[in-house]
Amino acid sequence: MSDKNRPFNPTRRKLMFGAAALPLLSLPVSRYAFGAGPATSAVNTTGLAVTDTEVTVGQLHSATGTMAISETGSIQAEQLAIDQINAMGGVLGRTIKVIKEDGASDWPTFAEKSKKLLVNDKVATVFGCWTSASRKAVLPIFEKENGLLYYPTFYEGLEQSKNVIYTGQEATQQILAGLDWAHKTLGAKTFYLVGSDYIWPRTSMKIARKHIENVLKGKVVGEEYYPLGSTQFGSLINKIKLKKPDLVFGAVVGGSNVAWFKQLNAAGLTFKKQPMLTISVTEDEVLGIGGENVEGLYSSMKYFQSLDLPGNKKFVDAFKKAYGPKAVIGDVTESGYLGPWLWKMAVEKAGSFDVDKVVAASPGLEWNESPHGELKLDPNHHLWMRTRIGEWQKDGQAKIVFESDVIKPDPFPEGYQ
Amino acid sequence: MEYSLSDMYNIALMQGFAGLSLFAVLLLMGLGLAIIFGQMGVINMAHGEFMTIGAYTIYLFSTLTESFAPGLMNAYFPVAIVFAFFIAFAVGWLVEWGLIRHLYARPLDTLLATWGLSLGMQQIFRSTFGPKEVSPTLPDWLMGSWMPTEGVDIPINGMFVLALTILVTGGVLLALYKSRWGLRVRATVSNRTMANATGINTKKTDRVTFAIGCGIAGVAGAAFTTIGSTGPTSGSLYIVDAFLVVTFGGAASLWGTVVSAFGIAQTQSITEFFLSGSMAKVLTLLTIVTILMLRPQGLFAAKVRR
Repeated sequence: MSDKNRPFNPTRRKLMFGAAALPLLSLPVSRYAFGAGPATSAVNTTGLAVTDTEVTVGQLHSATGTMAISETGSIQAEQLAIDQINAMGGVLGRTIKVIKEDGASDWPTFAEKSKKLLVNDKVATVFGCWTSASRKAVLPIFEKENGLLYYPTFYEGLEQSKNVIYTGQEATQQILAGLDWAHKTLGAKTFYLVGSDYIWPRTSMKIARKHIENVLKGKVVGEEYYPLGSTQFGSLINKIKLKKPDLVFGAVVGGSNVAWFKQLNAAGLTFKKQPMLTISVTEDEVLGIGGENVEGLYSSMKYFQSLDLPGNKKFVDAFKKAYGPKAVIGDVTESGYLGPWLWKMAVEKAGSFDVDKVVAASPGLEWNESPHGELKLDPNHHLWMRTRIGEWQKDGQAKIVFESDVIKPDPFPEGYQ
Repeated sequence: MEYSLSDMYNIALMQGFAGLSLFAVLLLMGLGLAIIFGQMGVINMAHGEFMTIGAYTIYLFSTLTESFAPGLMNAYFPVAIVFAFFIAFAVGWLVEWGLIRHLYARPLDTLLATWGLSLGMQQIFRSTFGPKEVSPTLPDWLMGSWMPTEGVDIPINGMFVLALTILVTGGVLLALYKSRWGLRVRATVSNRTMANATGINTKKTDRVTFAIGCGIAGVAGAAFTTIGSTGPTSGSLYIVDAFLVVTFGGAASLWGTVVSAFGIAQTQSITEFFLSGSMAKVLTLLTIVTILMLRPQGLFAAKVRR
């Protein structure tokens, strides 16, 4: 491969170009030089915002409000991918232009802005949303207007839409392999489940409990949820001390996380004494919590910034070059980076920007040098990928202690609902 | 029996401390507001943001110390707390002068104005420190736990917050009931016109009182950096608890604030041990609502002639 940034086979790309351009060769009316891309009328039959030189896409995240904390990373990663694609000549010879909209952490605003992007701006695709609530708010609009959304967060599953490509893990991909690993390596038989009180942790814990009880033949000795933003975990910590579970399985999110880990540490529950595995702590959270408070904690993710893969080295270098040497990359940030690339691959495979054709071309897309390694897009619109267990170090980075095989996504897991 | 007797004893001890430490947190949150809302009758919706000022002050000191004088990491914290007080005090002074003093006779307008102020302050935090939540690096002596016996861990940051709360509350009570300033405040609260007539400069008293309330909020925010994180919207998390404590205690009574913080903390901590976290919160709120229905003035109604 001449250009290692290219996540697909260049010969196939040329083939696609050729095939798309073939019927145009006989048309004397084409106003552009060959090689710049096929005619707009051929690649855009549905009136999207595509010109001879430009294709417009939308980016819909919370740049303000409480979710800005989490979504900033996704915004940056998507922008980086788009800049890189533009530097390589864009998609089907067209430069990507981004219309940024701010969902402001408010779900009705998300819905309104998604309608604006699809109906007024006629964007070819949208990269965006973070919480399940925001995704659920825009979903009916994407389905009605036949838009295409690349959604970057790991989430609870139980959803599949023709109009959404999910670039994060669904619940089983994070949980099952992680619990299996804890059972096998740490010998965990008793589990304490802890989460913030909303849909993602509750659904995740439901799946975890089924797996623990039915497959691992272990025991759940406690299950607790705390309101979002809670900062007092003293009683919970005492209960954990009393029950002495082999593993605490956690999904506490946001600012609560910092309080939770600071207090665990302060109460003498170091992770050597009390092993703990979480599905909610990435490099982004560790930056706020402080490496010294999470030393020895395990996280179950598909991606860690420390992954020693050629695709990741390039990604990390480019990210730091764009956003400063101190920038950190968490799992969801990396999922955001995948979106524009997957879209480019699908558009070029389809030879068209039409949403139906892009969607039809998406299943089966492969990318072996993605930052987190090989991935494949399943017909159910989720990705095949590995689950990894990282052990956090004092410097805020994770050491990979386990890596699963590539796991098939299963958004509607049978026997786990 | 599933658990040994010494286990149960240790847990009871630690649980008792968990309740005490929650009490300290609630009291610190409510104290500044008890002065502003309780004594002056100003509904200050920006109270949480003054706490956030304190928290960001600690973060600022921590970052500066880390980059310029890493050797002083163990010493910066107490200094930063003092600064947290004075910075919040200064901002409070300015806010009183620029905004509050024009609205004393119009409580609903104060509510709106301070709410707008809080939104403005949040945006300033966001522009200055970014949207991400931050957490200062704490000195080593604040980390970990004290183990008086095998099996008992008392969190040091909890003890620190408790000690700070006792210090600040003691200071406020002394100042309010034993000092000249306290006398002026109490006189102004009881009867503004008469206080004015006796030569008390009530305008100046109001300004100092408001600023001191804000300063105490700053100290509270500073203390919370030892247990949680700080973001631009952290203030809105604090303010509900702060109002809860003050309203439940009886607005004009500082002792009421202390008792109410203790009551809420113990109810919360005990129910939390037997129920899940979310359920405990619901039960605590229900209890408070029930008691407030029976005693609309709060636990301790001040006997004030108006």
